[in-house]
Amino acid sequence: MTMRIFVPRDAGAVAVGADEVAAALELAAVKTGIAVEIVRTGSRGLYWLEPMVELATLQGRVAFGQVTAADASSVFDAMAAGGSHPLYLGLTEQIPWLKRQTRLTFARCGVIDPRSVRDYRAHDGYKGLERALTLTSDEILADVTTSGLRGRGGAGFPTGIKWKTVAQASADRKYIVCNADEGDSGTFADRMIMEGDPFAVIEGMTIAGIAVGASKGYIYIRSEYPHAVAAMNAAIAAARRTGYLGEYIVGSSHTFDLEVRVGAGAYVCGEETSLLESLEGRRGIVRAKPPLPAHKGLFGRPTVINNVLSFAAIPFILAGGAKAYAEYGMGRSRGTMPIQLAGNIKHGGLFETAFGITLGELVDDIGGGTFTGRPVRAVQVGGPLGAYFPRTLFDTPFDYEAFAARDGLIGHAGVVVFDDSVDMAKQARFAMAFCAVESCGKCTPCRVGSTRGVETIDKIIRGERTSENLAVVEDLCNTMKFGSLCALGGFTPYPVMSALKHFREDFGPAPATLQAAE
Amino acid sequence: MRSAYEPWNEARGAEIIAEHDKLEGATLVILHAMQEAFGYVPEPAIPMIASALSLSRAEVHGVFTFYHDFRHQPAGRHVLKLCRAEACQAAGGDALAARAEAKLGIAFGNTTADSRVTLEPIYCLGLCATAPSAMLDGRVIGRLDEQRLDALMAEAQR
Repeated sequence: MTMRIFVPRDAGAVAVGADEVAAALELAAVKTGIAVEIVRTGSRGLYWLEPMVELATLQGRVAFGQVTAADASSVFDAMAAGGSHPLYLGLTEQIPWLKRQTRLTFARCGVIDPRSVRDYRAHDGYKGLERALTLTSDEILADVTTSGLRGRGGAGFPTGIKWKTVAQASADRKYIVCNADEGDSGTFADRMIMEGDPFAVIEGMTIAGIAVGASKGYIYIRSEYPHAVAAMNAAIAAARRTGYLGEYIVGSSHTFDLEVRVGAGAYVCGEETSLLESLEGRRGIVRAKPPLPAHKGLFGRPTVINNVLSFAAIPFILAGGAKAYAEYGMGRSRGTMPIQLAGNIKHGGLFETAFGITLGELVDDIGGGTFTGRPVRAVQVGGPLGAYFPRTLFDTPFDYEAFAARDGLIGHAGVVVFDDSVDMAKQARFAMAFCAVESCGKCTPCRVGSTRGVETIDKIIRGERTSENLAVVEDLCNTMKFGSLCALGGFTPYPVMSALKHFREDFGPAPATLQAAE
Repeated sequence: MRSAYEPWNEARGAEIIAEHDKLEGATLVILHAMQEAFGYVPEPAIPMIASALSLSRAEVHGVFTFYHDFRHQPAGRHVLKLCRAEACQAAGGDALAARAEAKLGIAFGNTTADSRVTLEPIYCLGLCATAPSAMLDGRVIGRLDEQRLDALMAEAQR
């Protein structure tokens, strides 16, 4: 019998040697003359174990990790002989870190061959589309609404309402746009799903097209993700070949096709209206809203624009899972969230779970603290525009409203852990500096406020009139927060103000001490 | 010194434009294709793109200069990008960035005098659970440490 070995092709695994491991395993197979099929999958998301290699057995897949090219030959021998090996991790699904998760969106990621429609279908793929083709537009929209799904890009807007608005708009053309401009540091869920289960994104977008009456979709992927671009293009070609994209989708009356467009290194293009401008071939300058993209979006036509994870959640929901999806979560945050644990963390990776888990559980319990072994001091949640949380707020549950109540945001659910060597004044400065470089320049609070912010924080770091300059920073932050057109200028105050509020000691002597000295 | 890129050639430029000019919103697609062929976007290409897409030169120039990716001149033979974003900062990326600048003798955004290496910052490669991260000519590298960085620089300088 042919041995089936699975090695990730995910960029995160390739970056730590997965290609070399695959080649070494192949060589070992040739030497022993044993028939082997090496399947390149996505990643299971247990990144501290990457490259993690799996073998199909009668009991299920078993894993080995971290495997280096030097280990490949002995790992292969253990696989062939069924013998033991120091890197043996047992049944993959039983690894506690994976077993604790609720994988709805990421059920197939790391399991299937991301280039094979057949493999996708063998793992419940396209069941959502098949059912959607038997429903009316209203029935599809009802399912999406029932699921309680909110936009996974960060804003958390109810997906059902967005789709309904586009469905009700009348126009000669409508568009479906997938925002795959995942620029937030500490986030990689979009990349993983595009590389590991791209058909889920395609299926979700196709269902959106059928629901709202659009026949063309674009996936805007950032240029920093060449592996994701390649994986999506390969999957789109495979879907066309098998009748899942193009005219008369699987024999129905619907037409839907997709095209990948690649960004060009502008962070602001993750903002939906900038993204639309960029797709139209222009500078990524934000548009004032209204009009909403749902009314006037791409090329002035009604447009559904959603994040990768929102579309990837749709197949499960439409395959009869709307109620089941809604049963997970807390408050108004329904379903599961693919949380990304990153930075200085021992067990980093993709942890999909129902809303409601606390920040402390994620960082200490699941993440295992820092890999440097030093104490965790600060955690930034939600990317460069997210707040820094101190340990005292580790009881915050993962929920849109709970984070907002503590002056934070969950954004795209990236969690970046810092140990006690972090200088929070430097982090606050970085937030302003990043905004200054990436600002599109359209509105003054963002364009000018960020540059003034850098200058003022520099003065504080130099110890110049600390308390007055802290007041200036606070004032700038208020102007940016309430006066900016989009989230870049509007949310940059979150990391800055949270650093100031929770880590005041990093910004020079406290006001009282200062006055006493004067 | 060999280059993987073609020298600028007007006829070739026109050919690249003709391949894409029927697409909706083709400007970025064409700029990317130009850079892929020539290693940068040559100045004479701007008015050609403008005329093909019925845009003004100013509009195309505006797009060209808005995005960080598009080069105004050829890069060095190798491009080393180090991630400077928060997750990599948390994992010790700043010290590695300083080491790269010191060892190559250039600041970020510059090319070594022998045109071998261009050092650039990048803001997130999405490899944040195996940080710090780098990219050398399109190849991704995770769990960067001093040794791996030195090896990368040595490879780029060869």
